[in-house]
Amino acid sequence: MRDRDRREAVLVLSDGSVFEGLVGGYVPDEGVCVGEIVFNTSLSGYQEIVSDPSYAGQVITFTYPHFGNYGTNDFDNESKMPRCSGVVVRDVTEIASNWRSQLNIEEWLINNKIPMITGVDTRKLTRHIRDLGALGCAFGPIESSDVKSLTELAKKDGPTDGKDLVRGVTCDRPYTLGNGPINIIAIDYGIKTTILRNLAGFATVTVVPATTKADEILSGDVFKRKANGVFLSNGPGDPGVVDYAVDTVSGLLGRVPIFGICLGHQLLARSIGAKTIKLPFGHHGGNHPVKNLSSQNIEITSQNHSYAIDQDSLANAVVTHVNLNDGVVEGIELNDAPAFSVQYHPEAGPGPHDAHYLFDQFKELIEKCSGDKKVK
Amino acid sequence: MPKRNDIQSILVIGSGPIVIGQACEFDYSGTQACSVLKSEGFKVILVNSNPATIMTDPALADRTYIEPLNLEVLKAVIEKERPDAILPTLGGQTALNLAMQAHSAGILDEFGVQLIGASAKSIETAENRERFKEAMVEIGLEVAPSAIAHSLEVALSHGDSIGYPVIVRPSYILGGAGTGIAKDRDELEILAREGLETSPATEILIEKSIAGWKEYELEVMRDRADNCVVICSIENLDPMGIHTGDSITVAPAQTLTDFEYQKMRDAAFACIRRVGVETGGSNIQFAINPDDGRMIVIEMNPRVSRSSALASKATGFPIAKIAAKLAVGYCLDEIQNDITKVTPASFEPTIDYVVTKIPRWAFEKLPGSKGLLGTRMQSVGEVMAIGRTFPESLQKAIRSLEEGRNGLNGDPKELELDGLGNGELLELCGENKPGRIFAVEAAIRRGISLEEIFANTFIDPWFLQRIEEITCERKWWEERAKSGKNAVEEVTKKDFVTAKKMGFSDSQLAYFLNIPETILKAKREDLGVFPVYKTVDTCAGEFKADTPYYYATFEDESEVARSSKQKVIILGSGPNRIGQGIEFDYCCVHAAKAVKEAGFEAIMVNCNPETVSTDYDTSDRLYFEPLTPEDLGHILRAESLSCTGEGKIYGVIVSLGGQTPLKLANSIDPELVLGTSPRSIDLAEDREQWNKLCQVLEIPQAPGGTATNIEKAIEIAGEIGYPVLIRPSYVLGGRAMEIVFSDDDLERAWSEINSSGSLQREGSLAYDRPVLIDRFLEDAVEVDVDALRDNQGESIIGGVMEHVEQAGVHSGDSACAIPVQTLSREVVALIQERVVAIADALEVVGPINVQFAVKDGEAYVLEANPRASRTMPFVSKAIGCSLAKVAARLMTGSTFGELVEEGLLPKDIAIGPGGVPDLAEGLDYVSVKEAVLPFSRFPEVDSLLGPEMRSTGEVMGIDSTFGLAFAKSQSGAGSPLPDTGMIFLSLADRDKKAGIVAATKLVGMGFKLAATSGTANACMEAKLPIEIVVKKRTVPENSLDSLESDNLTDAISLISTGKISLIVNTPRGRGAMADGAYIRHAASLHGVPCLTTVSAALAACDGINSWREHGLSVRALQDIHAQGIS
Repeated sequence: MRDRDRREAVLVLSDGSVFEGLVGGYVPDEGVCVGEIVFNTSLSGYQEIVSDPSYAGQVITFTYPHFGNYGTNDFDNESKMPRCSGVVVRDVTEIASNWRSQLNIEEWLINNKIPMITGVDTRKLTRHIRDLGALGCAFGPIESSDVKSLTELAKKDGPTDGKDLVRGVTCDRPYTLGNGPINIIAIDYGIKTTILRNLAGFATVTVVPATTKADEILSGDVFKRKANGVFLSNGPGDPGVVDYAVDTVSGLLGRVPIFGICLGHQLLARSIGAKTIKLPFGHHGGNHPVKNLSSQNIEITSQNHSYAIDQDSLANAVVTHVNLNDGVVEGIELNDAPAFSVQYHPEAGPGPHDAHYLFDQFKELIEKCSGDKKVK
Repeated sequence: MPKRNDIQSILVIGSGPIVIGQACEFDYSGTQACSVLKSEGFKVILVNSNPATIMTDPALADRTYIEPLNLEVLKAVIEKERPDAILPTLGGQTALNLAMQAHSAGILDEFGVQLIGASAKSIETAENRERFKEAMVEIGLEVAPSAIAHSLEVALSHGDSIGYPVIVRPSYILGGAGTGIAKDRDELEILAREGLETSPATEILIEKSIAGWKEYELEVMRDRADNCVVICSIENLDPMGIHTGDSITVAPAQTLTDFEYQKMRDAAFACIRRVGVETGGSNIQFAINPDDGRMIVIEMNPRVSRSSALASKATGFPIAKIAAKLAVGYCLDEIQNDITKVTPASFEPTIDYVVTKIPRWAFEKLPGSKGLLGTRMQSVGEVMAIGRTFPESLQKAIRSLEEGRNGLNGDPKELELDGLGNGELLELCGENKPGRIFAVEAAIRRGISLEEIFANTFIDPWFLQRIEEITCERKWWEERAKSGKNAVEEVTKKDFVTAKKMGFSDSQLAYFLNIPETILKAKREDLGVFPVYKTVDTCAGEFKADTPYYYATFEDESEVARSSKQKVIILGSGPNRIGQGIEFDYCCVHAAKAVKEAGFEAIMVNCNPETVSTDYDTSDRLYFEPLTPEDLGHILRAESLSCTGEGKIYGVIVSLGGQTPLKLANSIDPELVLGTSPRSIDLAEDREQWNKLCQVLEIPQAPGGTATNIEKAIEIAGEIGYPVLIRPSYVLGGRAMEIVFSDDDLERAWSEINSSGSLQREGSLAYDRPVLIDRFLEDAVEVDVDALRDNQGESIIGGVMEHVEQAGVHSGDSACAIPVQTLSREVVALIQERVVAIADALEVVGPINVQFAVKDGEAYVLEANPRASRTMPFVSKAIGCSLAKVAARLMTGSTFGELVEEGLLPKDIAIGPGGVPDLAEGLDYVSVKEAVLPFSRFPEVDSLLGPEMRSTGEVMGIDSTFGLAFAKSQSGAGSPLPDTGMIFLSLADRDKKAGIVAATKLVGMGFKLAATSGTANACMEAKLPIEIVVKKRTVPENSLDSLESDNLTDAISLISTGKISLIVNTPRGRGAMADGAYIRHAASLHGVPCLTTVSAALAACDGINSWREHGLSVRALQDIHAQGIS
């Protein structure tokens, strides 16, 4: 659809700031989209980003102005259905030009019921978020939304702090992928398809709901397989409120090799008593430099998190990776248990493949631990 | 890993003269490298033959050698300076090749010099196509099927087995010279033969053509800890088959999914690691099959390239600067990101805008060239534009080209396309010619389907669809126009913003509404529609950035910083073109430095990504914007709105960037124009007024007049007598200037001026300005003077230059010397007095350049330009004082007295013969500037020099005598004077007398001579031994040549078999094929130096002789200007 043919829309943040735009994508019955506003600076990979369950409850601003250039395809979905609340873009492309494309982005958004506001000065919005931090936001067509009520909605329903968003995105029942010789149980807090694809490359992966207890995982009976390793997945929202997940991880510590990514990383830290903090505007993009402190190598990483480990509260673990932009803890290794985790996304999808070695590291850890046990 | 401490001194090799394929981007990279290395405490030694560069400013290196870039010179410099290391990766292909030669010749080992940045082995792997291919296959990357040939026979058999079409690529070449696509065996034969000759290693690659695939480039950096990052991805709008330097390109990549992009990124890293580029930047090119995503590696440049310059400007990430730091041992995480100041350089820039680059060609200056784009680069410059969307950046880029188009059609020029039938239009879309994008738009507008256009162009449908949006918006405006008389009255703010967001200019919108632009502009301003300025910050707004590197767009928030300083705005020179290139950028950069030093805020406006002026470090603020009245008006408004307190726009410098800013002078408040007033500038250009002035000043001119029609022109020519020089007013580089010898000649030239339409491209000034017709002074010596004048009325002579070629050859194409060589002091005195008189009369404040033709002791003034000249950098280097810097200070109110006080000018400047201070007075060495011509790329174009400028660049030779300096200049220009062998002479009748003098000298020096019968007869009369040859089997040009006989050798075969070491061919008039053009054609094809004037031949004699006596000695500028200023 051409911009001239679109209806006008308005985006309001909880601080009362107003951004004009145009209606795009899916328009919900109530006409309004509410969520926590964040921005992502990736130049490519919009489909993976929108379908990443970690964005549940959030409205994603894309800093790259063109959206939808190469369309969408089934393979690039990071989940069965997108969980983000909406997207804010500068310009949406009508044509999808790529041999892999199956559907253009706007139809895809409509099919997936994701609202969009386009034609926004996304750079202004990004700078605003950068300066004020993550805020609640609401947007909708101008004729059905007035600024005052949108502001109220943004304030009331926008923020994700203190909300358990994991329950809304985890799987209902366990399922299995891959047929490798190693058994991995992956706890699904909102797991991305690319992570599963990577794990299933060397293991048989049983994906279990977020509320699964440690004993169920360790028993070997419940899921008909004994876990050689446990994977803690990425996921949305505040790591401070999912105590049930922390309890599970605590119960697993020292009993099985663990690898965590993103929310999984934060939960691993919480399980040894560390605290998490909310970053001003988070890390969402594909260009974050992370230093691997043992190899001294720099990895360009894909990141998507609003929370991070409070380094001062971290004990009984070593920091293995740091973010070179702001010093945020990007990776830890536990002192007393075979467990490690990273805040960023080694699986990419979207993003660079620089940290792919971490999957090998997990495999090696599992093999080493299994070998040790055999010796015992 | 910190800085290496095992290296103390580093030799940096520059890229030499500006040529097609290697332009001022390497001044940008070299300048960054030199300043970084110097600030890191290294002793920097620089060799570069190009005086018009910032990098050769003596302050940028510890030891600056403006010397020819050849092995002999390099060895001499190494021997003298004993550097620890050579950095060869920032001076383009020239530096890389020279470093490799030094390596192969054992010079590096002999003197214990190491290569940093890239090792000989990695250069070899990347540059040798066979090795590169093997290396890529080894790491599992796909390459196009290909095979190497060292002979024509092998090449043809490879062609047959690979299957046509095939691409021919010579090894070790730059800008794709000698590269082409052969559709069949016959075409391959031609290309292969040429390619084998072009390649320094007589080696060509025959490769399966994948023309039509999508083309991408990644700019990659690696440090010595093996950290790799991609700085920028670039997608070519023009698909494979058109050289990337000749393609419209867009950053970032638009039509790759992340899945594919990451695969490409992995491949790029694998490539740089396998090739073994240890530190620095590399450019890796890929082709993608649009049907199935199949990826092929095309090639890799193990060095900073043209694309690196583009990527640096496109992202704000200074690739060359970082590459230099990596080369001396730093790792990416140890280097700060200059723009954010808080994050390290070990990241991948992300951008929130779209960048479009469009090349600019000069085919109109190369009559005879086919103008077809292909796999060898032919453009002479480029523009870059930044917009928030592709349509916006595309239209801005088109405006930036200064070709009289204010966007993608929407002007009277489009009517040419609208007159074509559908078939013709589609054919035009499919033809690889400059400007086909306009045909594509016209085709879309006509309703031809995108599928059909894609099938003809292979331009990705995404680009086509975005162009279609531009077309749709245009149609909306046209509908408005149809709806009623007062269409503009009903246009809303939103309508304007919608169009402006797609990059439309006021003039296009006015064209659609069929109203004057002024009315449209007034309405737009009434509605309050103005652009905002966004920042280029490497991080898409994620971090705070203070670097004021701005571009305009039409959105909500502007980021222009408030300032309470006095601002000086410097207008740059736009895209490089023949006649306006790096020299003017040099002047603008000096102006920025000068006004900064004087306490002003320096604000640069330019759109050329290759330049130093568009480095965000050069000025205090940079606007990367088109240089048009509308875009400049917006900037002036934004700047004046950003003023706080005492802040205000002090003025605009329009006279240092060539014709581009000068043409903008009339669009801004005259009060804001700094230096010489626009009125004086006009006076010097206006023939009537100028003649009157000369009469008042009693300065003789060649007799002449002005005409607006052919009848009048013939009448004037009749009065003053042939030959006459004709030229349109207000053009740079002698555009359409010609010497004509008869009425018929005049009529032909006149109709060319009228019909070609090429003048219109420069901004349609030609049509409302008359054509100048002057008596051409045959055999006069041409003189160029650069001078300065301050607001107190004092003048200083920068330098008087004597041209080697006689008047009639464009000054930009002519070699020239400082100090003058043959003119008496009396004549120089006369010249200097006249320059001062003219400067006073024009009330010049700043620079002035005056040209004279000297004949029989009289100095006739040809023209005066109260602005920076092309020769300003050369003169500055010759005299050791930056004239541009001084000029900028004069324009911002300083006086000579104050500048002497500050040390910007020397104390006690010697008084020249004309009684005024003369910075060139008393020089005890000679500097020669030689032009570098593009003919080797256009073998079909006659290399004859004339009043229309065609050189792309220049070199400088400095030595103790004219002969030595001239010899160096020839060597630097790539046509070294021979020491032995046979010289072919072909002289026009009027040159025979002087030519015999040269011939006698050559014989005296032991050369053999060959000539066609006419010239040979003259030689024999002078008792000189000579071999008589026929030209070729054609009709002889005059009666003396009719002795042609079949048992004589012919000139062409002598030239093509390498038996001739130098050609002197002086033709009369402008080349019909009968007039020696075939000789010059053969010379350019086979790389034999060819001199087209007797004066150059005499200079060559002098050079060869001096060279034999003295041999090579190299001297650093710092020694030459021991008391150096600048």
